[in-house]
Parts: sequence; C-alpha cells; structure tokens
Amino acid sequence: MRINCPLCGERDRREFYYKGAAVALARPGRDAGAQAWDEYVHLRENPAGKTHDLWQHEAGCGAWIVVVRNTVTHEVYETALAADVKRSMGA
Amino acid sequence: MRVSEKGLGAQIGFRFDGVAYTGRAGDTVASALLANGVRLMGRSFKYHRPRGVFSAGSEEPNALVTIGTGARSEPNVRATVQEIYEGLEVRSQSAWPSLKFDVMAVNDLAAPFLGAGFYYKTFMWPKAFWEKLYEPVIRRAAGLGSLSGQHNADTYDRAFAFCDLLVVGSGPAGLMAATVAADAGLDVILCDEDTAMGGRLLAEIEDIGGGTAADWAAAQVARLAAMPNVRLMTRTTVTGAYDGGVYGALERVTHHVPRSAAPLECFWRITARRAVLCAGALERPIAFENNDRPGIMMAGAVRAYLNRWGVTAGKLVAVFGNNDDAHRTARDLHAAGVAVAALIDSRADAEVGDVPYPVHLGAQVCGSSGRLGLTGIKVRQGDAQIDIAADCLAVSGGWNPTVHLTCHMNGRPAWREDIAAFVPVPDMVPGLEAAGACNGAFSTAACLAEGAAAASRAVEALGGEATAPALPEAEDRAYRLSPLWAVAGKGRAWLDFQNDVSVKDVKQAAVENFRSVEHMKRYTTQGMATDQGKNSNVGALAVLADATGRGIPETGTTTFRPPYSPIAIAALGAGAQGKGFAPQRFTTSHQQTIEMGAPMIEAGLWYRPSYFPRAGETTWRQSCDREVGYVRQTVGVCDVSTLGKIDIQGPDAGKLLDFVYTGMFSTLKVGRVRYGLMLREDGTVMDDGTCARMGPEHFVMTTTTAAAGEVMRHLEFVTQALHPDWAVAFTSVTEQWAQFAVAGPKSLELLNGVLDTPVDNDSWPFMACGEVGVMGVAGRLFRISFSGEHAYEVAVPARYGAALFAELVRRAEAKEGGAYGMEALNVLRIEKGHITHSEIHGRVTAFDVCMERMVSDKKDCIGKVMAARDGLVDPMRERLVGLRPVGAVKQLSAGAHIFETGAAHVHANDQGYVTSVCYSPDMGTMIGLGFVKNGPARMGERMIVRDHVRDLTVEVEICSPVFVDPEGGRLRG
Repeated sequence: MRINCPLCGERDRREFYYKGAAVALARPGRDAGAQAWDEYVHLRENPAGKTHDLWQHEAGCGAWIVVVRNTVTHEVYETALAADVKRSMGA
Repeated sequence: MRVSEKGLGAQIGFRFDGVAYTGRAGDTVASALLANGVRLMGRSFKYHRPRGVFSAGSEEPNALVTIGTGARSEPNVRATVQEIYEGLEVRSQSAWPSLKFDVMAVNDLAAPFLGAGFYYKTFMWPKAFWEKLYEPVIRRAAGLGSLSGQHNADTYDRAFAFCDLLVVGSGPAGLMAATVAADAGLDVILCDEDTAMGGRLLAEIEDIGGGTAADWAAAQVARLAAMPNVRLMTRTTVTGAYDGGVYGALERVTHHVPRSAAPLECFWRITARRAVLCAGALERPIAFENNDRPGIMMAGAVRAYLNRWGVTAGKLVAVFGNNDDAHRTARDLHAAGVAVAALIDSRADAEVGDVPYPVHLGAQVCGSSGRLGLTGIKVRQGDAQIDIAADCLAVSGGWNPTVHLTCHMNGRPAWREDIAAFVPVPDMVPGLEAAGACNGAFSTAACLAEGAAAASRAVEALGGEATAPALPEAEDRAYRLSPLWAVAGKGRAWLDFQNDVSVKDVKQAAVENFRSVEHMKRYTTQGMATDQGKNSNVGALAVLADATGRGIPETGTTTFRPPYSPIAIAALGAGAQGKGFAPQRFTTSHQQTIEMGAPMIEAGLWYRPSYFPRAGETTWRQSCDREVGYVRQTVGVCDVSTLGKIDIQGPDAGKLLDFVYTGMFSTLKVGRVRYGLMLREDGTVMDDGTCARMGPEHFVMTTTTAAAGEVMRHLEFVTQALHPDWAVAFTSVTEQWAQFAVAGPKSLELLNGVLDTPVDNDSWPFMACGEVGVMGVAGRLFRISFSGEHAYEVAVPARYGAALFAELVRRAEAKEGGAYGMEALNVLRIEKGHITHSEIHGRVTAFDVCMERMVSDKKDCIGKVMAARDGLVDPMRERLVGLRPVGAVKQLSAGAHIFETGAAHVHANDQGYVTSVCYSPDMGTMIGLGFVKNGPARMGERMIVRDHVRDLTVEVEICSPVFVDPEGGRLRG
C-alpha cells in the first residue's frame, strides 16, 4: 500500500503509523455531555467502502494525515494534512 | 540422453544421491539427470510412489530434491529450477533407505485405506494418540524434505525498486511489451524466473521475423540490456501483486553457484506505476491409470528439454494429447532423430498430416507399465486395446493461462469455453494488464501483438506517446483442442502428483458432500504444498464438476494467493536474523558498563545494565543490595539517558503542557521542575514524567523509556490535529543529551566536585533546575529524585557522556559509592512507592494510582472528561497500595492475586493483584506494590497473596506504598 504524504510525496505504508478514524479531529468541548464524549472516544463506523483515517508519517516528516481510502478495494482517494483539515473545520 | 550439444557450455561435475554425474553449463539438475538417463528422481509424498521429472519449470510437482549439506542444506528445491554447478550435492527426498528401494512404499499397498480424508476418519480416536503416536509416525512416513535443524548459515537480502512499467515474464509478449515501453522512454523492469530471457521461445522450433525464435529473443534482450531505462532481472519470480502497484519478487541470487558470502536470495518490493503480466501458460496433464510413472511427462517439457538443452527424455517416445500443440513434440523429436513410438490424439478428427510415425486418432492412453520407470503404455481405441512399448510418454491436456497474479487481490478468473481454460478478467489488479498466453492468446504472433498493445496502453496511461511497432512475422496457428480431463478406468488415475490425489479421491469428496471446490481441496489436499496445484487444479475441478453435475464455471476455482511459488521465510525476513531483528540503542556509558561486567537487559530498543557485579558476589541480589546501599547511605550514579527527552519551545508551550498533562504547567516558575501525569483521551494513564521550565517559552519534558515514542506521537497529534494554531514547536533530544542520576546523601558533595560553580540546598532546592557548567561543558542540572534520596540528574551533550559517566563513577567510588543498575533502581523506586509501567499498565486511571488530586480543576486536559465517569472514580476500584508480608517470607511474586483471609482463592473472590516486588534492604524483607479494591481504606488489613503459577501463598498487610521516608525529609534536606 502506498500513501501520499502531502509534504513528502508517495511513500510505502511501512513509514506510517495508523491511528484510526478521523473522527478524532472533532474533539468535543468539556461540557459536551456524556453521549458526545462516548461517541468521540468509543463509537466508530465500520464501513465497507469509503473511510477517513488518521495516519502519521512517523518514519518521515511526522505529519498527521487524513487519508480517504476504500476499505474494500484499498484504493487511496486523497490525503490531506490533518492540520489543514482541522483548520477547515473551524475549531 | 543428450542428442545435441548446440549452445551448451563447459562440462560440470555434480552428484545425485552420492553418484557422480556430468552435465553442461546451463543445465538444470533435471536436464542434466535426464541427459544421464536418470528418470527416477523422487518418491511421492503420501504413497511413496516412484516419480520422475514432470515439467521443465517452477511448477514441478515431482522432482523435489535437497541441495547442499549441513546447515546450508536446502530441502524441496525443484530440480527443474536448480542450475548445476561444479561440486553441487543433490539428494533425493521422501525415500528411505534409498530412492530405488523405499520401505515406505508399503503405503502404496495400503492405499485403499489411505484415500481422501483418511486423516480425519482414521486418526480421530483416542484423542491423546494423535500427538504422541499418529502425527509423528505420519510425519516420518509422509513428508517432503526436512530442514537441517541447524541455524540458517545463509544470508538473504531485501531491496526496493521503482519503475514506470513492470513486465512479468520475458516470452514473446513480455519482450515486445518491454521494448515498446522502453522505446517510449518509460523506466522498465523486466523480470523472468528463468535463468535466461525468452520464455517458450527458448524451447520451440519456430521462426520470428525470418530467423529462429531463440535468435530473435536474444537480439531483443541484447537491445533492451543496452538501454539505460531498462532493468533486466533473470532468476526473479514475481510472487505477488499487492495494493498500490506493489509487487513482491524473489531473486535467486546465488543458487546457481557454489555457496559464498553473497546473499542466497533477495526479496524485492517493486513499486510500479503500471504492470503487464506476460506470465505465459502452464501445460496440464490428462489423468489415466498409473499416469505417474517416471518417464511420463508434459509434452511441452519434453520439447523444452530437447530444443533448449539437447536432451531427450526417452529413446522411444510416445505422445498423447487432446490438442494440436502436442503434435509439435512428435514433430520435433522425430526431427532430432528420436524414435517416436506413436502419436495418440483423443480427437478422431485431428489433422496430423503425413508423418513418418504411427498415429492413433480418437484413441486414449488408458494405462502404463514399468516399476521404476515407464516401459510401455496401453492405448484404447474404440473397443480395441493395444500395448505400445515406450520409455517416455509426452502428455498434453492443453494449456492453462498463468492467471495467478491477476487474482491476488481477490479477483476470480473467467472460464473460456473455446480454450477450455480460465483467463483473467480485466482490472482485477489495478494497473495490471495481462497479455499473451496468460491472457489466453497462444500463438506467437498473438503474443507479440498483445504485448505491444498492452505496453502502448500503459505508455498512454502514464501520459506518454507510444509508436506502434512493426510486428515481426511469427507463428500464428489456431489452437484447437477438445477437453479431456480423465480417461475412464478402474485403477488410480492421478490428478495431483505432489499430494497423491487421484480422480477417485475427488469423486469420493463429492460423494461425501464436499462439493465446493474449496472443501474438496481441503478434504483431498489437492492443490496444496509447493506447487499449489499448478498442474492439477483445473483437472481436479473439472472432475469435481462432472461428479456433481455442474459445469466448470459454476464449480469455480479455489483462491489464488501469493506467493506464486514458494519463498523461504528467511528471504521474507531478510536482515532480521539474530541482532538484525531489532535496532539496538546504546547509551554513551555502554562501553564502560560492559567493561565493568554488567549484564545488560533490554528496555525497548535500549540496553541498560542490570547491576554491576563485584568480585566475591555470587548472586545478582548481592550486587543489587550493595548498590541500593550506595544511594541510601553514600552516593550512586546511574545512566538515565534512555528516558525520553522532548524539548518544547514557543509562546504556547505552557498551553500545550496544560492540555496534555493533568497538572498545571503554565504557572510553573522558570527554573523549576514539576511531576506530570499524562492521560489518554479515555481517562487511562498514558505516561508520567517530569517537565522542567528552562525559560519563559522553553520546557524540557521527560517521558518513560518505554513510552517515549508514544508520547512524541501524541504531542504531534495534539498540536497538528487538535490545535494546529498554537505557536509551539518541539523535538526529541533523547539522544542529544546524556543524563545521569547522582543520588544519595553525598550527591551534593560529589556534584560540587564537577560543577564549575558549586550549588547548595538553598540555590538548588528540591525540584529546581537550570543550566550549569560541568567541568567547563555547558550542561543542565535537575534536582529530582526517583529514589527518595537527596538527588540530582545532570545532563551534558551526548559527546561528553562517556567521559562524565567515568568521572562520576570514579568520584562516587572514592566516597564508598558507585554505579547502580536497573535492579537497584527498581528497588529504590518500589521502596519509595514510585510507579512505572508495571503499575500504569494501560488499564489504570489517575484515581487508581491515587493521583486524582493531580487532575487540575482549573482547565481542560486530554482524558479529563472521561476520567470523571462514575465507574472510573468508584472507591471499590482496585487502587494502589503497598504490601508488607506478615512474618518472614522467602518470596513475594508480581502477578499474584490478592484475597481476603479465609476466602477461597478463586476468581470470584479476587480483591486485586501484585504489580511490583523486591527485597528491600531497608525493610529487611520482601515488599510489594499492588492494586486492591478500595485499597487506601484498607490500610492495616491482613490479606492473602496467592500465586497459582508458582504455588506461593503469602500473608501480607496492606500499607502505604511509600515504605521509606514518607515525610520526604531526605528528599528535601
């Protein structure tokens, strides 16, 4: 599998650390309530198809990256710096 | 027998089962043995039936041999792939005491009882007999070659390659594809598992572009070899297709020469933007009674041995086929002067023309004779049956496109009725296109055209422009066949030679309702082991389809998975043997530590000293107790450089620390250190450590040795993914600073001997930090303690680490102290109740380690909300306590569980568990740390520690985890 690091270019997946769903970007506020926090920490979709993941280019530049890929075909559609995605979420 | 020496190299001597033979450079073991008239090369896996070479390629099911001797012997090498070299030792397998007289051939007499599923039916009961009796006996009786049992003495390598176009296979399609792509300027890698490029062109008598096919291939290869954008890789099997255009390939680097220091094999990971599969096709046999005798071979293989190596597999050869291609074998043999006993074609309407050897149309071979090698065949034509003398039978049941790679990403091939074979479905592997025989195009002209077209499409897909090449004139006959899988008959007709699976076995599977092809495979073992059924899969499923009344397309194929041909684990794990398994990280004091005789233990990738033995000490405990004494009574020195050190700078550094630690750091004064606890977002403790404020916008964080990488990743996540706009930057400086703990009542005295400016308790109180000169070197000093004693950690740039360690140890020894290792460090911290990852093991909260008051109310932090959940602050949770044995005990063990006195020692009564234990020289007894339900409220309660594994029962008293100096007087004084 190859992942396109927005800073370094396309690299072997062995250079990357996998965290999980990109839901982790949307951290609830301190008073968001138990349900919001439960969903943030524990509940995950398990799609057969398109998914948004967080990977870190740990053996490279260290960038956290949102990877949009397909869990069935393993195709990687697009990647973006997590920082840019977070900024665009307006947090 | 060698009939021609054209194109062959020098004479080469080798041995097979101890007998010396001579071959020629370029020979495989198989061709050389055939040239010497050796037909018997192995015994079959299950029934120990005599077997000879069957094919001329990596699909070989029969001729598996062991090469080399001792630790460097290698089993299950295919004689058809292994090249000979001077001095090569080859041994047959699966036979005892010898290949010609194999006592295990009694299995063959017992065959009626050993049919499909015999394992499951026969050896079910009694259960205990399986491991002790049946399995070892079966393993000895039925087995492939065995490993040497010694450490693998060979080296292996791994490598990465990148290209625009990967071409797999160098037959007519592959050579054409590589040429078109290379001419268009693409970076091309052309791989072939054979020793020479050319594929079937090396094995056929035909013309391309007016010259011989072999000459054309040689000219194409020479042209490609001269191009700077082409890499030719022979002896390289592309074994798997993976995501993102990644292909695995095994290069047999030095299998063809005497063993040297060079790697035996290299496993390549090739990343290709596009790929063209030109893997050709594999010929398939026809099943008939006793169709496995040495001398019965594939027709295409007989042709290959004749045309490429000048070797005839027999002196009187019969040919049996269901297609026109088989006719070429008879033609070529006759042209080479080999007697053709008969050409038998199952088709009554086959066109043979006027040939000078007997032809039997509409006939089938239905039996054979000859114990250790073929002597004759039985041919049935209508109601008549005749015997024909022959020492070799060339069989062709048609050709199967080598679709394997196209199916490696879950694709299934499609059945093509006209060629009675499975062909690839386009786009089953993104970016991979099949061309030529592997795509069902069997004529040379079609292969050339498909190879060129596929390469042109690849060039265009990559944005280039391909010029359509002029295709040379080549053989373009139609491929006609009429399917014939098995000849009717009573005896055993073999489908899978490697696993001794007969037509009857497959039918039996169907009768017992193993109707799915995947079930049939597992019930009969058809298609397993080294050849993965390359010869037998289609035949077996055709028989299954017939037995279950379905068509072949509905019956389907089993799943093709990587690797295409076997790969040694040693090649996949190249470089990871012994110390290559993981990198080793050494501290700057490593050399001196080794010289002091310290046994080293691994801490993650780091190596740290257990203890520093002294003359006269016979157990580690003696050394450990002595080193604990240094710290408690005088002064000890310990390298703590392995702890993670992260340098954090920027206006928002305090904000970051407030967010990742439970405590408040933005208010920490410059020149002060604070202990911090870090949580995961689910409220569990991630790590702990200290953080020192070196300046208004400058902190130095320490982490535990184990979690340094995790914490770094966590900080990157927080600053990039949660708060990208904070003005803060950080980097790991773990390896830039050598850091040593100097601990004990005389630590201040010792340190002042090396500091440029002396310090005292007022200028450097407990938890002070700052920059200092250490013997003229700019360093850092931290007044922190992991032992509970008056202690410091002094840091210098790593290049001064070795010198400083030597100096500190020397000065400590002069004060009746010295270096201490991990064992003493552990005792010191347990005595003081300090936690490590033995306690914060991933399931405990700040509340559990009784640090809930360290979670600041004034701010948010990672893990804060979730840590406040009711269940995580329930007093009945297991919480940190100290454990002190009641009375004298020999042992207290970590991992043991804790029960109330009088309660049965069962799970339902579990009250907690022990995490850390040590012998405390200070207390004069074993002590421990552990977690007990509602622990802090049970101080003084007597409980039972029970270790079921070590059979230990100890009565303990629950106490404070701080055994030494609970008021902290020594720490501050």
